[in-house]
Amino acid sequence: MNQTELKGMTAGELAVKVFHHEPLFILDVRNESDFMNWKIEGKQIQILNKPYFELLESVDEIIDQIPDETEVLVVCAKEGSSQFVAEQLVEQGKSKVSYLLGGMKAWSEHLEPVKIGDLSDGGSIYQFVRIGKGCLSYMIISEGEAVVVDTLRMTGEFERFAAEHQAVIKHTLDTHLHADHISGGRKLAEDAGAMYWLPPKDADEVVFDFNPLVDGADITVGRTRITIQPLYSPGHTIGSTSLIVDGKYLLSGDILFVASIGRPDLAGKAEDWVGDLRETLYERYKQLPDDLTVLPAHFGSIAELGQDGSVSAKLADLFRNNPGLNMTSETEFRSAVTEKLPPQPNAYQEIRQTNMGKITPDDEEQREMEIGPNRCAVHDK
Amino acid sequence: MSIRVDKTVDAKGLACPMPIVRTKKALDELEAGQVLELQATDKGSLADIQSWAKTTGHQYLGSTHEEDVLHHFIRKSNPNEVKEAKAYPHTISNDELLQKLANDTAPVIVDVREPAEYAFNRIPGAISIPFGELEQHIGQLNPEQEIYMVCRTGNRSDMAAQLLSSRGFNKVMNVIPGMSEWNGPTEKN
Repeated sequence: MNQTELKGMTAGELAVKVFHHEPLFILDVRNESDFMNWKIEGKQIQILNKPYFELLESVDEIIDQIPDETEVLVVCAKEGSSQFVAEQLVEQGKSKVSYLLGGMKAWSEHLEPVKIGDLSDGGSIYQFVRIGKGCLSYMIISEGEAVVVDTLRMTGEFERFAAEHQAVIKHTLDTHLHADHISGGRKLAEDAGAMYWLPPKDADEVVFDFNPLVDGADITVGRTRITIQPLYSPGHTIGSTSLIVDGKYLLSGDILFVASIGRPDLAGKAEDWVGDLRETLYERYKQLPDDLTVLPAHFGSIAELGQDGSVSAKLADLFRNNPGLNMTSETEFRSAVTEKLPPQPNAYQEIRQTNMGKITPDDEEQREMEIGPNRCAVHDK
Repeated sequence: MSIRVDKTVDAKGLACPMPIVRTKKALDELEAGQVLELQATDKGSLADIQSWAKTTGHQYLGSTHEEDVLHHFIRKSNPNEVKEAKAYPHTISNDELLQKLANDTAPVIVDVREPAEYAFNRIPGAISIPFGELEQHIGQLNPEQEIYMVCRTGNRSDMAAQLLSSRGFNKVMNVIPGMSEWNGPTEKN
């Protein structure tokens, strides 16, 4: 009998493996429909789905498919079933086996900060990659002050990061009312004594106070006044607002992604907003300096991650390569963004209600609501 | 809503895989055709019990939700149920019965499946008398009336029809195949 001790792998350890393209064999023991809906992806990841309830008696059926040389990670929704199956693999003599601590829930919540670049006064901009769900947040730090953009629900991560960098969070901004994830912007602002900003056109039904994020709003960070210039850019939502940071970075929210563009249907107004979306992408964005670095609020697939795990692209390159920016006829554009759209994100209506402050689900309910991929782009699967 | 079952498994507060592990163990101790209720608080159990039933061949009947507790109902599969020869000669097809319902003749339909099967999916107006209790409830039925016996695949209702026939019921029909392929109107609790 092999006495290898079974180890758990944290979501953070897994994220590093994905970022570094390390080879990994994943046995996902969730049921088939959950697996089809959403799974861990990576360039060097091989994945096999076999529900745990088909492995209760024995793992004989799959044991030959489990490699001996490659590291094996067993994954389930929360943790229990993956541990149960991993133990059986170890009993069968497999040695390089671990299970994902906290399961897909932990994977969905893990944030990995990556430095994007420096600012003109010596400050820096960081991207927080929520790799399991495809969400991206930003922190701009300058002279001991920080601004957080499109804050995710896990506000503690942002507080910890700011503290590590001796920065005080002064502002939190949401580029639009999100439909795929619960915003942490308001909570982080409350906890940190910061100001919370939201585009007023997305806030008709919002039940709390906020600062209106509109063209010309003066948001600065640090003594040397790094400017954050809001740019009204409707289309994904009617209030969607992009941000130009330090004249170098275009935080495009859910309007423009690296491999796709935002979908206009999540607030139920696809037809109304198609024109706005096209005007933003094909006219407003066209007038911007094309050497801006585009930093979106989402990515659709792991292929969009760069060598360091971050997601970004030059605006000029996107005008050349992004299919969403290369539809010459309005008819083609209209059909691409209103027909054959991917399924909506899980619980998107409840998520919008939560972000408006109309419902207040508890932590566990919030977690359940956010399960699955973000699906904010028109080309998502 | 309380549905009578043969066994109840309490897996409240347990995370997966335990709800399914306990269900599997409990089902091993039941007779084919008996019904088990699994009580669980793990929300993942809803999708898992259905997929598990599909792979094992057990019959998933349905689930109810009361406060934070999910109640799942499973009927243990019976390998003989599908192949058994029908012995009762007077049968009626699902379509013919559907026609009678459409003609509004209010036929007497007796559903001889387990109460949990009946609870989640039945022909509107059908009376529930599980096969095992037919003998003791025979007095509820009128031997002069046309009675349509229905179950899932036509086997339990075949035996039920034979039983009634032996007690002097001359207008009994067995519905073939029964609820497994019923595409007419249904109701549930």
